Amino acid sequence: MSTVASAAGAAGAPGDPGDIPQARRRRGGVVWSILRSRPQAAIGGGVILLTILVAVFAPFIAPYGPREKVGPPFAPPSSEFPLGLDDGGIDMLSLIIYGSRVSLIVGFAAAAVAMLIGGTIGILAGYFGGKSDVALMRVTDYFLVIPDVPLMIVIAAIWGRSLTNIIIIIGVIYWTGTARIIRAQVKSVRERVYVRRAQALGASDSRIIFRHVLPQVAPLLVANTVLTVAVAIFAETALAFLGLGDPSLISWGRLIENAFVSNAISVDAWWAIAPPGIAVAVVILACTLLGTAIEDALNPRLRVGHLSVRRFRLRPMPSKEAS
Amino acid sequence: MSAPVLEVQGLHVWFELERGGELHAVQGVDFSLQPGERFGLVGESGCGKTTTILALMGLLPPSASVAGRVLLDGEDLLARGEETVSPHRWTDIAMVFQGAMNAFNPVKRIGDQIAEPMKLHGVSDGRAARQHVGELLERVGIPATRTSSFPHEFSGGMRQRAAIAMALACEPKVLLADEPTTALDVMVQAQILQLLVELADDFDLTLVLVTHDLPIVAQVCPRAAVMYAGEIVEIGMTDTLYHDPRHPYARLLFAATPDLSGDSEVVSIPGTPPRLDREIAGCPFAPRCDRTFAPCGTVKPRLLTTGPGHAAACHLNDPALKAAS
Amino acid sequence: MSVNGTPLLEVENLVTHFPVPRGVVGAMSGKPKRVVRAVDGVSFALREGEMLALVGESGSGKTTTAQTILRLVKPESGTVRFEGEDISSVSGRRLRALRHRVQLIFQDPYESLDPRFRVQATIEEPLLVHGEGGRRAEREERVRDALTRAGLTPPELYLDRYPHELSGGQRQRVAIAASLVLDPKLLVADEPVSMLDVSIRAGILALLDDLRRGGLAILMITHDLSTVAHFADRIAVMYLGRIVEEGPAREVIAEPRHPYTRALVSVVPRRDPRAAADAQILRGETPNPVAIPPGCRFHPRCPIAIPECKTIDPELRAPAGARAGHLAACIRA
Repeated sequence: MSTVASAAGAAGAPGDPGDIPQARRRRGGVVWSILRSRPQAAIGGGVILLTILVAVFAPFIAPYGPREKVGPPFAPPSSEFPLGLDDGGIDMLSLIIYGSRVSLIVGFAAAAVAMLIGGTIGILAGYFGGKSDVALMRVTDYFLVIPDVPLMIVIAAIWGRSLTNIIIIIGVIYWTGTARIIRAQVKSVRERVYVRRAQALGASDSRIIFRHVLPQVAPLLVANTVLTVAVAIFAETALAFLGLGDPSLISWGRLIENAFVSNAISVDAWWAIAPPGIAVAVVILACTLLGTAIEDALNPRLRVGHLSVRRFRLRPMPSKEAS
Repeated sequence: MSAPVLEVQGLHVWFELERGGELHAVQGVDFSLQPGERFGLVGESGCGKTTTILALMGLLPPSASVAGRVLLDGEDLLARGEETVSPHRWTDIAMVFQGAMNAFNPVKRIGDQIAEPMKLHGVSDGRAARQHVGELLERVGIPATRTSSFPHEFSGGMRQRAAIAMALACEPKVLLADEPTTALDVMVQAQILQLLVELADDFDLTLVLVTHDLPIVAQVCPRAAVMYAGEIVEIGMTDTLYHDPRHPYARLLFAATPDLSGDSEVVSIPGTPPRLDREIAGCPFAPRCDRTFAPCGTVKPRLLTTGPGHAAACHLNDPALKAAS
Repeated sequence: MSVNGTPLLEVENLVTHFPVPRGVVGAMSGKPKRVVRAVDGVSFALREGEMLALVGESGSGKTTTAQTILRLVKPESGTVRFEGEDISSVSGRRLRALRHRVQLIFQDPYESLDPRFRVQATIEEPLLVHGEGGRRAEREERVRDALTRAGLTPPELYLDRYPHELSGGQRQRVAIAASLVLDPKLLVADEPVSMLDVSIRAGILALLDDLRRGGLAILMITHDLSTVAHFADRIAVMYLGRIVEEGPAREVIAEPRHPYTRALVSVVPRRDPRAAADAQILRGETPNPVAIPPGCRFHPRCPIAIPECKTIDPELRAPAGARAGHLAACIRA
């Protein structure tokens, strides 16, 4: 590609693009390129995707219905029922499959609520600074300080145990981490020269926030949301286990609670207890892998500078080619 | 002329690229320095000047591979890599890095930071080191009472002086200074340059001044080399470089530099430097050159002697080639 | 010159202070409020088609002066008149109108463009912000026009590029194009070439010079006297918040009348190794603008200071024998 032009008198305009310095165009955005280059992100993402598919296609995948009695209570795993039956004679495998729906719905929805609240507060506090920042951060601190589980118990007790309430409760408790991280990022983006330029231009604050700040902050927001999904799923599991979940819905936490209440332990029915727990753990792990991978990639890495490690390699002199 | 204190022979540096392939950052650099000499290494961004002096100190990352010889008083520093370089690092050859004034540890006192290399290299310790640090600071123009100050209590100019003091902590023979005055005000720059010249004279120090700023080199260094695309394209007395340049890039670079006298017109050089991750056919400067002729596109020029102590890598200096075209 | 002969920009006795925070303890213990007198009484005028360089070292107040003129910072006192209108305290619509006619170019071409905006979007933004340019096709036309004026031809080659695909010089041209698209009257350029390679600086400066010839007024902030010598019409040398010398660029540099200017000019390195070097290197560094010396603010470092200099604060006036328009603030000039 290196062209060898003749005398520079014929060279193009001073802004000649001929030799544009090497830079790769990012295809499809930052997050995608991270997914492609890190195995942990791919694994995490893959597992989450799989779980979503299981949840969506549950009626087609599950061998039996979620309330279909197909055998004696606590029947152990067999070739017919790979994960055995619960206290009501219902197939555990089907229950796990159907249970993924509520767990994921709550997880994603609550994380979305948390992201909306936390992201908005973080952006406003970081961008406007000053008194609004102080006020918003005080509010954040209050929410941070209140212990999550007791608060959830109290609110669930007062408001009732519907699915919507659970989602809102979890979202409202867990937005604080997002707010702080986004605020820090927004504060630094705000100082970038191109933002100052937009201000000098007379652009409105909302324009600057939506067009200049938000795109810079979005990948971090994505990473943080993924991590919040993990927290939300766990919170739902805990709430359900404590009996605060919607009684008419099947979720993994509810399955664990059911096993506990029906004393599965006393009959050594591990298949009623362990699988839902493992399912929760696997999904949370997947979210964590994906979220931390994105976060790591977004942090300015400590680049191995020329001053740190001195293990350069030696090579023989290149042979003088006849030029 | 005595034996050279530093001789660089056929220095090459390659960097592995993340996406595969290599960047040939330094492509066969040769020069030698007399003791007490002040030598300028000039070039624009990406020409390889910083990589060259880092290679002299053996301060390259694992992605780098190096070929060539660097003879310090006859001993090849690169013979066995880190093993042969580290005994000489700082004690015989030291460096003031680009942006050194901002690289101080903010929570340690200046005096302690300057004493650190003395302790590390066994030059002096404890009270002797403190004494030595005080003397060193005075020598670079900082009152010894400021030994216990923190970096943020110093102005930019003072921090740069402290960085120079740190480089001289183990009394090296060769001092490499990478853009020592770039972020400084004009007056402070003048002070620092004056300091460097005095130190070079007093300590019989060999100074290598790496910069993109030609006028500084014109003022401080009697001899200099101009680098482009990883190679030295012209080397010789600075006076000749200005008054009788033999490489178009050297000539154009001077012409592109505004001068206070404001008389001649300032030119710009169209185009951009070539990519160094692929082989370049012919002269690397040819695409931007105003005096190309037949061989420039295909034949790579070698450094040809154009006068006593002066050489340039340009076919225009080759009578044989000129006659043929 | 504008129609009725008034200069485009008139600055009179501009003062901008920044308070130094005392902290809770300081406030409670009654420590006096300290103030950074970044701009301490600056006056100058700029006409259409003229390039004035504000020159000074760090702490001189040149950047703050520019920021105050652009109303990015509020002045303490003094007036700034643009096209005859006092803009020192306007806000709202008037301020937006100002932003339309006065544009700013930043020093760092690597940071002044949003990395996620293509060139097209960056240059189009000012039009969108100010609600100009009607239909899309019309806006595109203006964007192309601006790119061409900035020397990036053919424009089609650049419209779709991201900043990271461009060189430093190209990026700076994009920034210039973005500031030209609204057809401003005044361009404030803050060190427009200091972060670019030497071989491409002249191209950018020549571009600014062309724009100037086309009627644009340019206020250039820089510390580089050599650049000023070639490209500026007039120069104002600042020290600790005041203009200490002002006049035609070539003349001020060839025959400086203020000792600070004289010292500054003498220490600038020359291209020619044979150029005589009788540098007047001043001792120490510019003092902190929090504590400005009494009398002439330069007297502690002045090589020709006399006792009167400690008490008299000199005014900017024409020294004997200097040409018209050349002023210096020194009682010994």
